[in-house]
Amino acid sequence: MTDLTCTRGGRKLFGSFELTLDAGRCAEIHGANGSGKSTLLRIAAGLFADYSGEVDAAPCHYLGHRNGISALLSPLENLKPFERLGPGSAQGALDRVGLHNECEVPSGQLSQGQQRRAGLARLLLGDRPLWLLDEPLTALDSDGRRLVRELVEAHCGQGGAVLCATHQTLGCSACEVRLGA
Amino acid sequence: MTLKEFWHRLGSPKWFYQMSGRWQSILAALAVLLIVAGMIWGLAFAPPDYQQGNSFRIIYVHVPAAILAQSVYLALGAAGVLLLVWRMKMAQLVLENLVGFGAWMTALALFTGAVWGKPTWGTWWVFDGRTTSTLLLLFLYFGLYALRRAIPAREAAGRACALLAVVGVINIPVIKYSVEWWTTLHQGATFKLTEAPAMPASMWAPLLVNVLGAYCLFAANVVAKLRTAILRQERGAAWVREWALRESTR
Amino acid sequence: MFAVQFRRDWLSLMRAKDEAINPLVFLFLAATLFAIAFGGEPQRLTGLAPAIIWVLVLLANLLSLEALFRRDFEDGTLEQLVLLAEPPFAAVLGKVAVQWCLSGVAMTVLAPMVALLLNLPVGVLPALMLGLLLGTPALSLIGAVGAALTVGLRGGGVLLALLLLPLYLPVLVFGVSATLDTMAGVGAAAQFYWLAAISAMALTLAPFATTAALRISVEQS
Repeated sequence: MTDLTCTRGGRKLFGSFELTLDAGRCAEIHGANGSGKSTLLRIAAGLFADYSGEVDAAPCHYLGHRNGISALLSPLENLKPFERLGPGSAQGALDRVGLHNECEVPSGQLSQGQQRRAGLARLLLGDRPLWLLDEPLTALDSDGRRLVRELVEAHCGQGGAVLCATHQTLGCSACEVRLGA
Repeated sequence: MTLKEFWHRLGSPKWFYQMSGRWQSILAALAVLLIVAGMIWGLAFAPPDYQQGNSFRIIYVHVPAAILAQSVYLALGAAGVLLLVWRMKMAQLVLENLVGFGAWMTALALFTGAVWGKPTWGTWWVFDGRTTSTLLLLFLYFGLYALRRAIPAREAAGRACALLAVVGVINIPVIKYSVEWWTTLHQGATFKLTEAPAMPASMWAPLLVNVLGAYCLFAANVVAKLRTAILRQERGAAWVREWALRESTR
Repeated sequence: MFAVQFRRDWLSLMRAKDEAINPLVFLFLAATLFAIAFGGEPQRLTGLAPAIIWVLVLLANLLSLEALFRRDFEDGTLEQLVLLAEPPFAAVLGKVAVQWCLSGVAMTVLAPMVALLLNLPVGVLPALMLGLLLGTPALSLIGAVGAALTVGLRGGGVLLALLLLPLYLPVLVFGVSATLDTMAGVGAAAQFYWLAAISAMALTLAPFATTAALRISVEQS
């Protein structure tokens, strides 16, 4: 990203923002509420187009505020369509995030944290080098927070990159980016 | 300047603003000249119709309004393509500012049509092919307006309206054809609107002047609205500040 | 992608059946209201029945279209669809196909019963059903564009009707005219060809427009 400027609703969120994220690195974006963390991630994902500047992002997985998990379908049914993205099975991914026993239950009956885990499981499907995580720790227990850290570390270890907006720190070695100083 | 350069510059609000000041005055002057001349010629000097007498003279308002109503929608569709494909900044301003003008022209065409219909056919409204498709055109304009008002983010609203305008333009021929099919097959004997057999030149020449005048009025209106919109949109830019300083000290 | 999305949406539909059935109930209810409002003179309804049925089908379709993308928009599935589905228009087509099964196909199957409520002669039923079968794909496909444009908006329902009804007009005209001509004993082949042509055109263009519209809507959330 070079010289990225974005105004939203007539208010300048950030100007001349620069960020280069190398393979194997994790960057945490910190900043107050409304400082443009989410918008930055959405721009990187290609979900927000009203900006000026250059963005060159690798194929990515995006986990936003909303999990992208349909309440009517079980986690397994939710993830099955994404198996075609590449290696990894939906069942394996759900086992990894600790939803082994819940993978056949309609997601609407799961707790918020369990739904968040199902959203995290999607990251494991398909070989996407860049992960864009928006507050991945919300609703997760201490076990879940450790899980996020492990997933991020494993992904970076395999040469992937992670860009993560968060208020808490993930706890893994990450460079820190501050927005809206 | 090559055509390609011209094209690129047309997309830039700054260049457009600097160039359009003169266009605006020329177009406005032309519009006033043509419309005044056309109206006087049409209302005072053109011969009365042998069937309709003087009531036919409303065509000097009705026909330009109806032609503009359709042209503006086509222009919206074209601006929509420019915005969706090339992301041209000016196209968004065109889209935002033309909807109202087009809707008013459509309403004017419908109103003058009704006023003309009363003495000629004895009824305000007939579901004839043309009246019906003009009415639908008005609804299409309403749809564009409502969609733009409903979307809070300006950029997204522009693109949503662009898409809707393009879909509308693709649909218009089908709508028109279906309406004509309907009215000719199931309406029995209705009146054909303006298809008067070969109007004499003394009648259609002032009409032509009026239509040209209306186009000039339309163009002047667009340019004026675009200039205002550009200043509002680019109010943070350096060249607008300089302009404002220059204007205020003058 | 089409098949995957179709299966997924079909499954969701089966788990929220009541929601899906409501537009069909509306169709019956509104037809009943017409029949009652015309009171003791059912023969007066006969000539109007095709028009009433088609208009009600249009409205019922709008009701079911409103929900087409809403749930997916709210839980974030739509973002993932825009990002990950390749090609997205195949996925969109899958969603629309499910919606059509529930609206177009279901209404075609139910049309004879609605027609009997409105005193339409039995001999006209095949023409009515054929017209619905050929015309409703266009309603669902064009409707999907509108639904995609209005999905995140407040008051989306009325807006959807405002955007779509003018575009639905050709289908209404040819559908009603096909039924009326059959009733009058005149052939209606031309209208059926027109309905098929409109649906075919919608099938080729609408999925792309819908995909573009979904992108615009997703960007605003």
